[in-house]
Amino acid sequence: MKKKSIEKGALGKVYQDGEIITRQGDVGEVMYVIQQGKVDVLMGTNDHETLLRVAEEGEFLGEMAIFDHDVRSATLRAQGEVKVLTIDKKNFLKRIHEDPSLAFRIVQTMSKRVRELGDEVARLKG
Amino acid sequence: MAASNPQSGQDKLELVDGSKVAVIGGGPAGSFASYFLLEMAERADLDIEIEIYEPRDFSCVAPGGCNMCGGIISETLVQNLAAEGINLPDTVVQRGIESYVLHMDVGTVRIETPVDEKRIAAVYRGAGPRDIQVRKWGSFDHHLEELAVARGAKVTRGRVTQISMDDGRPSISVKGGEPKTYDLLVAAVGVNSPALKLFKDLDFGYEPPQTTKTFIREYFLGEEVIAKELGDSMHVFLLNIPRLEFAAIIPKGDYASVCLLGEAIDKELVDAFLNSDEVKECMPDDWEPEPRSCQCSPKIAVKGAIQPYGDRIVFVGDCGVTRLFKDGIGAAYRTAKACATTAVFEGISEEDFRSHYWPVLRSISRDNAIGKVTFSATKVIQMLPFARRAMLRMTQKEQSIPERHKDISQVLWDMFTGSAPYKDIFTRTLHPRFLGRLCWELLASAAPVRRSHP
Ligand SMILES: Cc1cc2nc3c(=O)[nH]c(=O)nc-3n(C[C@H](O)[C@H](O)[C@H](O)COP(=O)(O)OP(=O)(O)OC[C@H]3O[C@@H](n4cnc5c(N)ncnc54)[C@H](O)[C@@H]3O)c2cc1C
Repeated sequence: MKKKSIEKGALGKVYQDGEIITRQGDVGEVMYVIQQGKVDVLMGTNDHETLLRVAEEGEFLGEMAIFDHDVRSATLRAQGEVKVLTIDKKNFLKRIHEDPSLAFRIVQTMSKRVRELGDEVARLKG
Repeated sequence: MAASNPQSGQDKLELVDGSKVAVIGGGPAGSFASYFLLEMAERADLDIEIEIYEPRDFSCVAPGGCNMCGGIISETLVQNLAAEGINLPDTVVQRGIESYVLHMDVGTVRIETPVDEKRIAAVYRGAGPRDIQVRKWGSFDHHLEELAVARGAKVTRGRVTQISMDDGRPSISVKGGEPKTYDLLVAAVGVNSPALKLFKDLDFGYEPPQTTKTFIREYFLGEEVIAKELGDSMHVFLLNIPRLEFAAIIPKGDYASVCLLGEAIDKELVDAFLNSDEVKECMPDDWEPEPRSCQCSPKIAVKGAIQPYGDRIVFVGDCGVTRLFKDGIGAAYRTAKACATTAVFEGISEEDFRSHYWPVLRSISRDNAIGKVTFSATKVIQMLPFARRAMLRMTQKEQSIPERHKDISQVLWDMFTGSAPYKDIFTRTLHPRFLGRLCWELLASAAPVRRSHP
């Protein structure tokens, strides 16, 4: 079914509270930029999902799909009403070939996440 | 502060700590150039100063605050900006566009966005038309200028009236002001400025772009009427009106913008368009071409500038090279960013700009050459009723059968929205399936005409 788009002056697509934006295991052809609201990032099996973190306005999500051919590593779920803009993988990769610096912020996001992951591993081990 | 490199002991022209950059023009190209120069400088650990010269106050209603355009921010630009961390807020985006409606004498067809999402923005460049009562949305150009200011650029409200070279460095002054010397001059004055002549007079070979006159008119309809009559769709017209190349009605918040591109647009052409049955059908029942809210006839570039760079001087946006008829703001972003990358990481000599900046402009120019062929093909379709019928039928079938390949729909979508390079659009029209279906529809559409005119 076609989802309701935000009424006026809005870019992106609106998801209602609890709505799934993308599911772990799905094939990813886009990445997401949160325009408004918060998104739960969940990981797990069918019967048990763990909330990894809550992503906020302005954050990139699903960016790994742009660079690898693997399926989605996490489920994204709207927390309250959320507005999300998608960036197409194919066109975006083409633009990155013309202007590699376009990937700078995404690389920054990824490096921040690797850092956080390292901290988390250290915390669990310690 | 000298911009040659004292550490290396060479005469390489480059930006160093303390370098001063003047950006003439605070439209999209000027603001993007300032924003990215500061961003790249930060990445390179370089401390530079940027001063934007801009006479317009974009928070004023037209014409004092407006840079005259259709106000469509393309799907590609919206996505690129999002990837840059620049999101366009609802306070600036008056409407998200989700479909295009193609109007022709032979019928009308709606082309839905290939993704179920609004990724095209309709904005006003200034604070709105002359008769605006309530200001519900802000100016797009003001928003970009603010982004540059937040990064550290300084804005001087004034028109540059003199440019000269002072010991190899650009020196500029505003009316009645003292000349100031800079290490780099970024020209972003568009194609509607008398300042273009000042650059020509510098004698380094710059020739401004070739232009043609266009036409924009604003109508107040009110939010409810717009939602009911025009919706979140851009309305595009392929009508057999001589000299008219492209016509569109773009819904904004409370207003609708009529935008005409063509050859020597005059009152006769404007009247012919506004009084056409197709326009009347698209607008509310009681609508008349008069009274209007605002109107202007800005120039648009049809051929890029010659030699848009020199030692310590570079042209971005429309006054350099832009995309033919589409996504001019997207081209302003691309050229401004390429200019910033070159200036910060490569240098600011003519040779640096030729090696690292010019290739970006050249690729836009080459794509425009293909664009010209595509627009010529559209002109032929515009003139032949059976070709218009064939295009309509092919599009209607694709739009009504969900599983059908969106061949012509995608071509038209990219053509109207300016989302893809002309080369990609042209290549898509060479696909055997596209050609096969088009030939079939052309034959089918030509047949009844032959029967009715034996
Ligand atoms: C009819 C029409 C419709 C269009 N529709 C669209 C559209 O829907 N989408 C799109 O992407 N593009 C569109 N364009 C193209 C778009 O308007 C331009 O590509 C875009 O404005 C280029 O930005 P710029 O910054 O290079 O120039 P401009 O926007 O022209 O900005 C130049 C700035 O320089 C300033 N300036 C000029 N002289 C001086 C001086 N001497 N000193 C200091 N400052 C000075 C001006 O005040 C102005 O602010 C359209 C163009 C036309 C004509």
